[in-house]
Amino acid sequence: MVTDLPELPCRELVELVTDYLEDRLSPIDRARFEAHLTECEACRTYLEQFRETIRVLGRLPEESLSPEAREALLTAFRGWSRL
Amino acid sequence: MHSSKPSGPTHSHGDDDALIRGLQKGDERAFSEVVENWSGMMLRLALSHVESRAVAEEVVQDAWLTVLRSLDRFERRSSLRTWVLGIVVNCARSRARTERRIVTTSSESGPVVDPVRFLPANHPRWPHHWAAEPTEWRTPEAELLVRETRSVILDAIDALPSTQREVVLLRDVEGLQSTEVCNILRITDTHQRVLLHRARSRVRNALERYFAATEAT
Repeated sequence: MVTDLPELPCRELVELVTDYLEDRLSPIDRARFEAHLTECEACRTYLEQFRETIRVLGRLPEESLSPEAREALLTAFRGWSRL
Repeated sequence: MHSSKPSGPTHSHGDDDALIRGLQKGDERAFSEVVENWSGMMLRLALSHVESRAVAEEVVQDAWLTVLRSLDRFERRSSLRTWVLGIVVNCARSRARTERRIVTTSSESGPVVDPVRFLPANHPRWPHHWAAEPTEWRTPEAELLVRETRSVILDAIDALPSTQREVVLLRDVEGLQSTEVCNILRITDTHQRVLLHRARSRVRNALERYFAATEAT
């Protein structure tokens, strides 16, 4: 149910998505944000794509040091701990 | 083969006591375990500043040596991991400068979605609402994880200003909490959110362009 809050247009909503996801919007802005979503399929799609983007970022393959670099570090550690 | 990513909350000051004591006693197992746990993250940060993998590995090694040399002076105002990651950021940035790669701070202005996608402010019925709506990505999850999609994402990350890149790598790729990321990068929470939002928006835009192009063919 939309009260008499000033309307939040799509163009502004897209600027607030991270604040919304991080729960950093004021209660009023959060209400405006959610009221807009209930009425606007395009923004629901946008939000879903944004979440999808974050999910995929979190599933990039891990990086790891080469065995040579790791070995060099262990050698350095031995030298350091004998000081 | 795939180990789970170390996530923010699992590492605490409490773990640090034993770890620091172990390192100071020359416990190799403690050292290789912590190198194992954190070097992936460190390498990713280094790679985001320097051209080659070889140089990035050197940066990570330099950072670890700096850590060992300064361990006695570590004041424990943050967790050990936060401190170590802060050191690798500094090493990577200064290496980037010697390689003449500019550390780019992003201009925090300009909309995250191209304004042409929206109706004008004077539209009688829908001012600033979508003109060109985003269309649903009809991509199964599996499709999002294939090599080609990944390279779109990696290219988009590469194209970011380095301050945005650091934040999105630490927050979304490595899964650290905002508090820790602010401490590593020495930025305010608000600034961190601005950088993160701009980075995520650009990656989403790149995916959108990519899916639009592949669906058109």
